[in-house]
Amino acid sequence: MPKNTEFVKFDKVDKSYDGKVLVVKDLNLNISEGEFITMLGPSGSGKTTCLMMLAGFETPTNGEIYLDSNPISNIPPHKRGIGMVFQNYALFPHMTVYENLAFPLRVRKVQKDEIDKKVDKALSMVSLSGFESRMPAQLSGGQQQRVAVARALVFDPAVVLMDEPLGALDKNLRESMQYEIKHIHENIGVTVVYVTHDQGEALTMSNRIAVFNDGKVQQLSSPDKLYEEPVNSFVAEFIGENNTFKGEVTEISKDVCKVKLQNREILANPISVNSKGDKTTVSIRPERALINPKDKMDNNQTGKIEEVIYHGDHTRVRLDLLGNKEFILKVPNSSNELDLKLGNEIKVGWNSQDARALDPK
Amino acid sequence: MSSETKQILTTDGIPLEISLRKAERKNKIKAFLLVSPLLLFLLITYIFPIGEMFTRSIDDKMITNMLPKTFKSMETWDGKELPPEEVFASFLSDFKILVDKKEHGKLAQRLNKEKNGFSSTVKKLFRQVKRNKIDESKNIKEQIMKVHKRWRDVEYWRAIKRTAPPYTSAKYLKAIDMYLNEDNKITQVSEDRRIHRILWLRTVEVAFFVTVFCFLMGYPIAHLLATLPMKYSNLLMICVLLPFWTSLLVRTASWMILLQQQGVVNDFFVMIGLVADDNRPEMMYNKVGTYVAMTQILLPFMVLPLYSVMKTISPSLMRAGKSLGGTPFVAFWKVYFPLTIPGIGAGCLLVFILAIGYYITPALVGGSSGTLISNRIAYHMKTTLDWSFASAMGLMLLGGVLVIYWLYNKLVGVDNIKLG
Repeated sequence: MPKNTEFVKFDKVDKSYDGKVLVVKDLNLNISEGEFITMLGPSGSGKTTCLMMLAGFETPTNGEIYLDSNPISNIPPHKRGIGMVFQNYALFPHMTVYENLAFPLRVRKVQKDEIDKKVDKALSMVSLSGFESRMPAQLSGGQQQRVAVARALVFDPAVVLMDEPLGALDKNLRESMQYEIKHIHENIGVTVVYVTHDQGEALTMSNRIAVFNDGKVQQLSSPDKLYEEPVNSFVAEFIGENNTFKGEVTEISKDVCKVKLQNREILANPISVNSKGDKTTVSIRPERALINPKDKMDNNQTGKIEEVIYHGDHTRVRLDLLGNKEFILKVPNSSNELDLKLGNEIKVGWNSQDARALDPK
Repeated sequence: MSSETKQILTTDGIPLEISLRKAERKNKIKAFLLVSPLLLFLLITYIFPIGEMFTRSIDDKMITNMLPKTFKSMETWDGKELPPEEVFASFLSDFKILVDKKEHGKLAQRLNKEKNGFSSTVKKLFRQVKRNKIDESKNIKEQIMKVHKRWRDVEYWRAIKRTAPPYTSAKYLKAIDMYLNEDNKITQVSEDRRIHRILWLRTVEVAFFVTVFCFLMGYPIAHLLATLPMKYSNLLMICVLLPFWTSLLVRTASWMILLQQQGVVNDFFVMIGLVADDNRPEMMYNKVGTYVAMTQILLPFMVLPLYSVMKTISPSLMRAGKSLGGTPFVAFWKVYFPLTIPGIGAGCLLVFILAIGYYITPALVGGSSGTLISNRIAYHMKTTLDWSFASAMGLMLLGGVLVIYWLYNKLVGVDNIKLG
């Protein structure tokens, strides 16, 4: 059976709270069945609002949301059959773990033995079997999180929404929970819409990521594409680390252009520049610029080392390069023959293909 | 291990335990000094008066001190027939002392409370004693019995003997319309004199319904307060607290203006044609007035604990309930409501306890069918000056409150109360 690529569909959705500012602007987004999609963006970018509209706690000011081809704007939350994991877990503190999980089943009038079976299954899925009679307050943050996930899945919803579910956990736990949620998704194949402001989380877990800013989706693509090929300078800045040069296009052909900086020219990959004279921001990932490159590269510059920071597996080197004092390089610790001393001049090279000339911002 | 048995010393060589105790003693003394004003205040204004009330309510020493010899000689009397000469003689000698001290009136009053008819009986004896008509060298029994026929009635002598113990439970029995009859049995007073039990029941009834009304009205307000955005909720909070900033008397008086037959509410009813002008309903000087005014006055005590509890309930819980498939009602009933129970408990307990002892409002707007037990207590304090009876009723009220508190603790648990 072919998967429905428009399982959840935002169709020209606008949302405003006060009638003056649009929090979400003309949102068009298709989510296919079984997909893990992440809405990523800074706070106030409209991503949580989108999730709330999908859950039914907010209504779109304009446009329509479709779930499996049915418009759902007028369906109250409890009839949508969408599971949700909340930021602070929202476990019912007066109920045991079992009762928490049984709640969605009881309101659906499921038989008692059926409930027992499903709760058992859901708890073993998050490896919390035997915790049925605990109260939420007796569980650690990670365990509460798992219960919340199990509760959102126990009634077999078509879509599960997760609103920054790992925000309150410490770093190590957060990482292991990321994998756990990812594996649960892979095992049961439910459609997941995940909201976060943590790009690492988004890159680890998602099939596709929608980067939100200013009420709009800036880019919707798979994690690797998003990182390697950002379509505008916001996405380039927001995802991962980034070195930028501001300049003006002086020559342009199909896949290379010349950008004039303050006093030098560099070669770049024209992404969102069209003609001579366009202002642009050139973006280069730190790991794409190499020190003393062995292979031939079409951009070769010399920079002065301003700062060296040891990071365990790699060393970050801050250079003064072409007038940019914040040019970052990542040097893997395997190459220890390099002489990284403050004030040294070093050669740096990169391919014009990796220097993306984006909008000037 | 040697390190465990060895005494640990500080760097100055003093044993650690002693040093620690010394260091903490100062703090303990300071802490005690800080709380001592309140402790003293509580002792003087609370514990001591309650003790005083208790002794007063059971105290019956006055007559014990008035007739010491009589009671002593009565000890061997079985009470079946008239007491022997010896009892009469000691009674006369006690009585003469009382006449000298001009305290025979008090005796008459006290004995009359025990049994009707003593008043005139004692007065007659007083006149005879005053005129020295009783010759102590002759048979005293014969002479006293001649003074009044009731002195020949064994019932009256038994009544005197009943007053012998220095303590009595009579006031408590009286408060529930009972008394100890001649045979020392607890019996009800005659039907037309049973007023206290009605008052107790009415007090509990009014307190109960006021609590219910406060809950029904306060719950939505508290919910609104807890969920509204700050700028609106502050305004609403001021409205809720406004009664606190107005004098209780002013508030009650304004209810009188509103509720009286020619009052604002009645005028309005007439205006919209709800009632005829010549048939205005009485909303004051009865239970209606008491309910309305007390509910308004006690409402903040319900709203505030509820509000403080609701404020801590995350709105995402209701959302979770709904997103998991519960209708708004189910989400409210299964998720929100159970979480507010500590607030409900605190609010209800507070309102009920305040209502059960409420005085001013029922006194002003209650009329005769709306007065409560506290008004009765005040009446005995100020009008009849039967302070021991007032004390007994006050203590019974206190006991009732403690029983409610105990019941609440059994049912809900006091540690479940949340006031803020």
